[in-house]
Amino acid sequence: MPKIRELIIEKSLLSSALITIAVTVGIILVLTIETFSFFKEVSIFDFFTDIEWTPLFTQKHYGILPLLTGTLLTTFIAISVALPIGLSISIYLSEYAPRSFRKTIKPLLELLAAVPSVVYGFFALVVVTPYLQQFIPNLSGFNSLSAGIVMGIMIIPFVSSLSEDALFAVPKALREASYGMGATRLQTAFKVVVPAASSGIIVSIILAISRAIGETMIVAIAAGQQPRLTLDPTVPVETITAYIVQVSLGDVQHGSLEYRTIFAAGITLFIFTFLLNTVSFRIRKKYREKYE
Amino acid sequence: MNSIQKNRLKDQLFKFWGIACTLAGLVLLVIFIGGILVDGLSRIDWAFITDLPSRKAEKSGIWTPLMGSVWVLILTALISFPISVAAGVYLEEYAKKNRLSALLEINISNLAGVPSIIYGLLGLEVFVRIMHLGASVLAGALTLSLLILPIIIVATREAIKAVPNSIREASYALGASKWQTIWNQVLPASSGGILTGVILALSRAIGETAPLIVVGALAYVPFAPKGPLDQFSVLPIQIFNWISRPQQGFIDNAAAAIIILLFITFIMNGIAVYFRNKWQKKLQ
Amino acid sequence: MTEKSEAAKIEALIDEKYKLQTKDVNVFYGDFQAIKEVSMNIKPNTITAFIGPSGCGKSTFLRLFNRMNDYIEGFRVEGKIKIDDDNIYKKKIQLEQLRKEVGMVFQKPNPFPKSIFENVAYGLKIQGIKDKKLINERVEKALLQADLWNEVKADLNKSALTLSGGQQQRLCIARTLAVEPSIILMDEPTSALDPISTSKIEELIHHLKEIYTIIIVTHNMQQASRISDYTAFFYMGELIEFDKTKKIFTNPEKKRTENYITGRFG
Repeated sequence: MPKIRELIIEKSLLSSALITIAVTVGIILVLTIETFSFFKEVSIFDFFTDIEWTPLFTQKHYGILPLLTGTLLTTFIAISVALPIGLSISIYLSEYAPRSFRKTIKPLLELLAAVPSVVYGFFALVVVTPYLQQFIPNLSGFNSLSAGIVMGIMIIPFVSSLSEDALFAVPKALREASYGMGATRLQTAFKVVVPAASSGIIVSIILAISRAIGETMIVAIAAGQQPRLTLDPTVPVETITAYIVQVSLGDVQHGSLEYRTIFAAGITLFIFTFLLNTVSFRIRKKYREKYE
Repeated sequence: MNSIQKNRLKDQLFKFWGIACTLAGLVLLVIFIGGILVDGLSRIDWAFITDLPSRKAEKSGIWTPLMGSVWVLILTALISFPISVAAGVYLEEYAKKNRLSALLEINISNLAGVPSIIYGLLGLEVFVRIMHLGASVLAGALTLSLLILPIIIVATREAIKAVPNSIREASYALGASKWQTIWNQVLPASSGGILTGVILALSRAIGETAPLIVVGALAYVPFAPKGPLDQFSVLPIQIFNWISRPQQGFIDNAAAAIIILLFITFIMNGIAVYFRNKWQKKLQ
Repeated sequence: MTEKSEAAKIEALIDEKYKLQTKDVNVFYGDFQAIKEVSMNIKPNTITAFIGPSGCGKSTFLRLFNRMNDYIEGFRVEGKIKIDDDNIYKKKIQLEQLRKEVGMVFQKPNPFPKSIFENVAYGLKIQGIKDKKLINERVEKALLQADLWNEVKADLNKSALTLSGGQQQRLCIARTLAVEPSIILMDEPTSALDPISTSKIEELIHHLKEIYTIIIVTHNMQQASRISDYTAFFYMGELIEFDKTKKIFTNPEKKRTENYITGRFG
């Protein structure tokens, strides 16, 4: 009898674990089925080449490119902010800062990532944009610049925390060898420690990019809702995520083509982040084996 | 200046740059919270919390979205906690090194990186439409539960991993079965770490906006939900709605609601850190 | 007055014979005193061995000479430590310059995860030397001195991590030699190696003495007696005895030294 009990418990634990697989399968099925219906009415060729996205207008166009550039533009701005600052923080904390400082500052920095993104959206729209307009007079009220910068601030801890873990894991013996030959901390950091921790740093950057691509509320609030094929950071754009929010807020009939557009947009987003996550998982796996 | 002096100078310059970067993030956070406090603090009173929404900014309160958030939070905790802890226990204590466990592992890591809005699309199709739950509290909570599954599973695994093997061996040596060992020894010893993970995941859930908008949570609900199948709004959606209004009065309302939301988030984070520290001390 | 300065002059003359000098050195880590009142003078072109049970302070003392302890939190030092009659703990000291002068080889081989060539060239590159020809020459010379050249000359671009443990340690020695220091500190350099690699490195150390002043920490007493000219025995942070190696191993002054050497404790 106890044996059967043990077996039942094991199987029910297993089924809980299998729910995670069901979630993934569910996501893929939902996205592909709706996208499939979408492509029955819209040609794939148009989807990838049309330079306008206007499913909610009378003159309908279904080109994903404007949403994609909007997404990549805000992501690019965010990474340009988060990467140099996040890496500098991680190098400072692991190579220069006293232990006690490092221990107090790390959880404080991680608070930056704990703040809900709708709050950052408020910050971008109400504080950063008016501030930047003092220097850039033709900056629109909605623009990718403020949204990107604020998103960059939000993902700083993604870069700094994971990179710092990787830097800190580099054996002390390598640092001592470098110091022992008369290298400064800066030389040791950039010539020895960073190269040795490179895979961990790359993983942190990939995860930050993936996070920025999928970020919704900041861009929905501060970047605007005008799909536009442009690299100009001062004008309103629309990202994939912001478009999904825009449609969800409206009164779109289920089963309509408008309804399906959000799944087509969603699968594009999903594929991007899925690829990035898979690459980072592979690198992490390999790097873990190297150290153990 | 010889090369050693040059290198030393560079070293010092980078040190200051590093300090500046580290403090910049924190200073921004402080300025930002300070600004919001200035905008919103005067707006917060008891009526702001207990009032129903209104068309007039100065008469609007956050009672319905606040109750919506509380409902969603409780349901999400009830749904996600047993599933994700069970999954974590399975992966750490039962799973053998085979293809299934490798698949589970890569899958969970991937789920953790799926943008939250995609969970919204899943919830919209499966819970709202196929299961006919409509844009209800339950549909929202189910969606957020799936969203935070990977976070709690990872935390559970880390916590269980930290339990020394000697505890398991001691239990087995006394004739306990595997499940008895897990239930009586491993789970109690890892409870602090699991709890930390659960609270952090819930604090993430309470700030989530996008997936609930997609599921169909409304920006305006006249009454607080009374049951899991009622319509609902949540605090972040109310904030989003107020931000998108042009009148200054609503912006102030948004700032005030943000103060409440941040207060809840930071309290939860604080509790999580407290539990983690206490647990880590106990484990040593 | 005159007499005193005469005496000082004579003392200075004697001092010049020494490469390293320490006087009344105390080291603290927070409240813990790791080194107690140690005074010792070391002559150039000699090999000095530091021996003693683990935790006796011999490594801490060694790492004073290139200020490697500076990175440990709570570290504090008192007393005088001079190299070539220059106080290395004075305020204006340039650590980088000091470490160019005082090379170090560590307990476990710790090559950088770079190529063999890059490892040896590292010290030159961080000094800002860009002359390719000079770097090539110095790398070859250092590898020759470290008795590794013949084994690696064919594949200098291979990762240093592909070498065996003994080769890696000789690479680390070559890396140190390339910077052309005058003193080499060795912190149990053979403790992680097999007997054959160990004897190769001992032989190497013996040759290096002609050019360098060497201090080696070891807990292998046979090693100390085989390779060193002088031996210092440390116990609980104190320097118990310091003399010619031959004297220490055949006729030590102190009872404690004798007990340790004959294996009665430690």
